[in-house]
Amino acid sequence: MSDQINAYLDHEYAAGFVTDIDAETLPPGLNEDVIRFISAKKDEPDWLLEWRLEAYRGWMTLREPQWAHVQHPPIDFNQVSYYSSPRSLDDRPKSLAEVDPELLRTYEKLGIPLHEQEALAGVAVDVVFDSVSVATTFKEKLKEAGVLFCPISEAVHAYPELVRKYLGSVVPRRDNFYAALNSAVFSDGSFVYIPKGLRCPMELSTYFRINEASTGQFERTLIIADEGSYVSYLEGCTAPMRDNNQLHAAVVELVALNDAQIKYSTVQNWYPGDKNGQGGIYNFVTKRGVCHRNSKISWTQVETGSAITWKYPSVVLRGDNSVGEFYSVALTNNLQQADTGTKMIHLGRNTRSTIISKGISAGRSQNAYRGLVRMNPGAEGARNYTQCDSLLIGDRCGAHTFPYIESKNASAVIEHEATTSKVSDDQLFLCQQRGIDPEKAVSMIVNGFCKEVFKELPMEFAVEAGKLLEVSLEGAVG
Amino acid sequence: MLSIKNLQARVDDQAILKGLDLEVGPGEVHAIMGPNGSGKSTLGYVLSGRSGYDVTGGSATLDGRDLLAMGAEERAREGLFLAFQYPVEIPGVSNMEFLKASVDAVREHRGLAAYDAVSFMKRARESCKAVNLPQEFLKRGVNEGFSGGEKKRNELLQMMLLEPRLAILDETDSGLDIDALQVVADGVNAMRSRERSFILVTHYQRLLDYVVPDFVHVLAGGRIVKSGDRRLALELEEKGYGWIAGEVA
Repeated sequence: MSDQINAYLDHEYAAGFVTDIDAETLPPGLNEDVIRFISAKKDEPDWLLEWRLEAYRGWMTLREPQWAHVQHPPIDFNQVSYYSSPRSLDDRPKSLAEVDPELLRTYEKLGIPLHEQEALAGVAVDVVFDSVSVATTFKEKLKEAGVLFCPISEAVHAYPELVRKYLGSVVPRRDNFYAALNSAVFSDGSFVYIPKGLRCPMELSTYFRINEASTGQFERTLIIADEGSYVSYLEGCTAPMRDNNQLHAAVVELVALNDAQIKYSTVQNWYPGDKNGQGGIYNFVTKRGVCHRNSKISWTQVETGSAITWKYPSVVLRGDNSVGEFYSVALTNNLQQADTGTKMIHLGRNTRSTIISKGISAGRSQNAYRGLVRMNPGAEGARNYTQCDSLLIGDRCGAHTFPYIESKNASAVIEHEATTSKVSDDQLFLCQQRGIDPEKAVSMIVNGFCKEVFKELPMEFAVEAGKLLEVSLEGAVG
Repeated sequence: MLSIKNLQARVDDQAILKGLDLEVGPGEVHAIMGPNGSGKSTLGYVLSGRSGYDVTGGSATLDGRDLLAMGAEERAREGLFLAFQYPVEIPGVSNMEFLKASVDAVREHRGLAAYDAVSFMKRARESCKAVNLPQEFLKRGVNEGFSGGEKKRNELLQMMLLEPRLAILDETDSGLDIDALQVVADGVNAMRSRERSFILVTHYQRLLDYVVPDFVHVLAGGRIVKSGDRRLALELEEKGYGWIAGEVA
């Protein structure tokens, strides 16, 4: 499309600063000794070391998936460093006062309410910097309520029964290439347990940041909502600008026991690479939840970063009457590529799922929705509603939709709707003729397009997500 | 107020305006009529700065300022308003949000304070009433699912809130039934003032029964070929455009 829409996508990635911190980083390469090193570093019990080694052996037999609509040069997994820890954390801080002030400044730049007094907004934050969890705010207060919220490395020691029971229960070690890799080398991540009948009194949040140059980040999150409980969890991600590509392969497992509810929201702003496609994060993530009877899992994601996004937050609707939801905004600009969507696996009776996906492509980017809705024979009366909308900005980008539908139960109802539209010259000119400048106009149009998803985000993050889109679209018109 | 001299413009290498002259004084209402393809809509787009409409000669000034040197949004902020013949939809962006962004931008440019949400809401509701558009249209997406008549009234609503110096109505009367036409005409008449000027682009003289113009011009072949008063429109209605072409030739 017009010259109107082509030129102004050049913006500086706002979170692209590097923090100068003395770090202990493992040399690149992966073998069993590396895994033993990571495990020893964390003083892990034998069962976990064995678990990791088993995952590693599984990984060796697996191959990278080739079906995604993304292209990148082969990744040399021996050029990645599998562990990096800010050195000053060797003696782990006991409180925020002991955290490296340089780190704290990083979080301030990122606008994370790390200090408890600033966190009056009611967000408890676990911060993962490169490979280790740095600080968890509000931990004590949450503990009083019975909520367990801590780095997973700590949970391994403090709550071994829970970790052992649920780790890998939703995403098995050999689930896929990247999940197996994560299982072998995961270094840290968040652990949450909400006891029976408790409504978690505040939003829980994790911020991930990759700082070291050739470090991969492999965090692992495990959330267990016991019977009748409720939790809302938010994850944010950034990384510095680097010329080379960095690998991020996370695993998130959610367990919603009977009558429980988990709401998991992500605002992903990993470094997307520059406008020529140099650098940026390769984001290969496995996120899955399992729903027991009458429970509900809701994924909301706003994906604006990463050079490559490969991500399908899914729900296995095991229990009768359980509910799965997926609300997604994925925006790609310049040379970014996204292949993202969800899987809704209906096993139980009267299970219901809703998928609302909004893909926005600008620049020369490629944006694909890929989703599976499966109704197993036991899914009597199950229902799914899917809506996939794509918005194109400019005429050099691509939008693709790959819906897979499998129904083995005649009583199941599946609905799928899809639309593709463009930000048109007419729309832009109408806005300009009413005095609105074109950048503001595009951001308004895109925000309008995403409205159904943004309303699912917690209030303060909905605002953040709107701003993030605006920044990510800078230069999309000109 | 508006002064156009020897304006020439082309679209896709095809010359559409070929030396158009027009003077519009403050408070005047000018009707521009003419056969299809004579350049009527092009004139509105060129004056409002739509991309793809290239000016190849001549000048156009608004209150002495060079319109052609300004970007489209700047012209709007300077007080030029174009009511579209086919208003476009912007799904998901509420009319209210759009109107507020628009009015804020224009007021900021004029050095006026932005309306607070409550007083803006009040003004927007009053304007809705004036153009006979139910208030729930403020919550709906811009023109989203509006009927043709509703879209035209929505244009009028925007005009009222923006309070332009010069409003160009591009065939706002086309496709309207007689009642809707009356609403549009009432809106325009209510906004007529000594400071505000109008250019009504129209095919039919019907609108001019309701909004009585000070001048009527015939645009043909990219130029104003005949000007007169109200009676010219009636004459055109009776005889068509053919006789003018003959007269000019």
